[in-house]
Amino acid sequence: MAELRTEEMVLNMGPQHPSTHGVLRVELVVDGEVVVDAIPHIGYLHRCFEKHAEVMSYQQIVPYCDRMDYLGSMNNDHAYVLGVEKLLNIQVPQRVEYIRVIMAEFQRIASHLVSIGTYGLDIGAFTPFLFCFRDREMILDLFEMTCGARLLYNYMWPGGLSHDLPPGFVEKARAFIKHFRPAIKELNELLSYNEIFVKRTANVGVLPADIAINYGASGPTLRGSGVKWDLRKCEPYSVYDKFDWDIVVGTGEMGTLGDCWDRYMVKVWEIEQSLRIIEQALDTLPEGDVQAAIPKRVRPPVGEVYVRSESPRGELAYYIVSDGSQKPYRVKGRAPSFSNLSLLPEISRGYLIADMIAIIGSVDITLGDVDR
Amino acid sequence: MNANEIYDRIKNRFPDGVLEFKADAVVDPFVVVRPELIRDIAAFVSSDPDLKFDFLMSLSGMDFNDGNLGVVYHLSSIENRHRIVLKAKLPKADAQIPSVESVWKSANWHEREAFDLFGIVFQGHPDLRRILLPDDWEGHPLRKDYKAQEYYRGMKVPY
Repeated sequence: MAELRTEEMVLNMGPQHPSTHGVLRVELVVDGEVVVDAIPHIGYLHRCFEKHAEVMSYQQIVPYCDRMDYLGSMNNDHAYVLGVEKLLNIQVPQRVEYIRVIMAEFQRIASHLVSIGTYGLDIGAFTPFLFCFRDREMILDLFEMTCGARLLYNYMWPGGLSHDLPPGFVEKARAFIKHFRPAIKELNELLSYNEIFVKRTANVGVLPADIAINYGASGPTLRGSGVKWDLRKCEPYSVYDKFDWDIVVGTGEMGTLGDCWDRYMVKVWEIEQSLRIIEQALDTLPEGDVQAAIPKRVRPPVGEVYVRSESPRGELAYYIVSDGSQKPYRVKGRAPSFSNLSLLPEISRGYLIADMIAIIGSVDITLGDVDR
Repeated sequence: MNANEIYDRIKNRFPDGVLEFKADAVVDPFVVVRPELIRDIAAFVSSDPDLKFDFLMSLSGMDFNDGNLGVVYHLSSIENRHRIVLKAKLPKADAQIPSVESVWKSANWHEREAFDLFGIVFQGHPDLRRILLPDDWEGHPLRKDYKAQEYYRGMKVPY
């Protein structure tokens, strides 16, 4: 019998595939069931953030930052206002910084809960998703009682905040933490150490540390590969240096260091660290006026700033160039998802089509963040 | 290392490659380098043990609005915990610069973005296509003299 000749085939995944977490199209070159190459096509959600930013005043840009990574709005605002404040060289009251950190960490937990829940959904576990969203709702309630919005907040302004914490916030936040700690344990029993889940994610999509760094990966994607790099500790901004917490990294516990399970598990462990930060911040929350330092007119001197911050997805940075006028000359958003997604081909080759679902989910992208 | 020491180190290796150094800039100091040498400089700063810039944080296109485009490289070292900004200026009429994709893979998508939005051509880039805009879009929107096309596939563009 003549030897069967096989050909490679091109398979389109998306732009509306449920496991792509938004409008992403991945062009898969497959040989049978094995992925030979995976080429991401992005831009479906491009909303011209950088072009918009050039025709607006510094304050007007904040709501646009909200919409970059819509699961991490607080973190986006935080990075942007830090940049503007650095350019203006203004000091904000300590209370403002503490509240920002509390909000940013709550946002991180909310974002990780979406990531963890939908990741389970991708793999076929439906129940953890409901649990995650139940707890995320409580965080959104906290945001809503603070600023009236549940998804896009426009809460952090250059120099301050739109509102102070409402009465009862601190108690409600503590009550949430008390409820939530056992829920993480439950989640781990249900999903993280579930044998089927581990089999689907361990030893899949292995990302070596040197490749991760070379591709500009950051956040849980980088830490999943065992690199101890978190900007909140390595280049502390805001008041992160006042709190006692640890950087968590992947361990290769279930398979190989840097596999999908490691990237997933780093997010679970990070939730606990965020809770530690929030607890300390609530305990030591200073008094003060949160709007005292808000400038009436924002007109930074000629100069430029590149401000880095650790968003739930990794290094979120804004490169803001000022020409001395009331509008920025150029704003570039360095989105963590953008660089993280660019290494997708690197961790897909040689795995099966079914593994692609696990791999895309583990990188944890928000398409709004990729396309801006 | 601080920005001055980093500058000295690059200047020693490439005496003609460095055009300007602004240490007293508002917030971030930067080094302006010759565009044609950027790949050699990139290879040097990423491999030199004292510098070891292994992490290209961001690569931004830029329109200086004086007839020049530019590329801004934000570099960081995970090992040595320092950072520096490199800039290269290119004439708008002939905006070409060697790609640094072979040094930092993260430059791949960032250079495609700068090509897409500014029309800067990165020589030696393995796959220089538009990334955010449709392939048949006309012009490069972040250039300061950009005029949007009237129609795109029958749809009116300026609103």
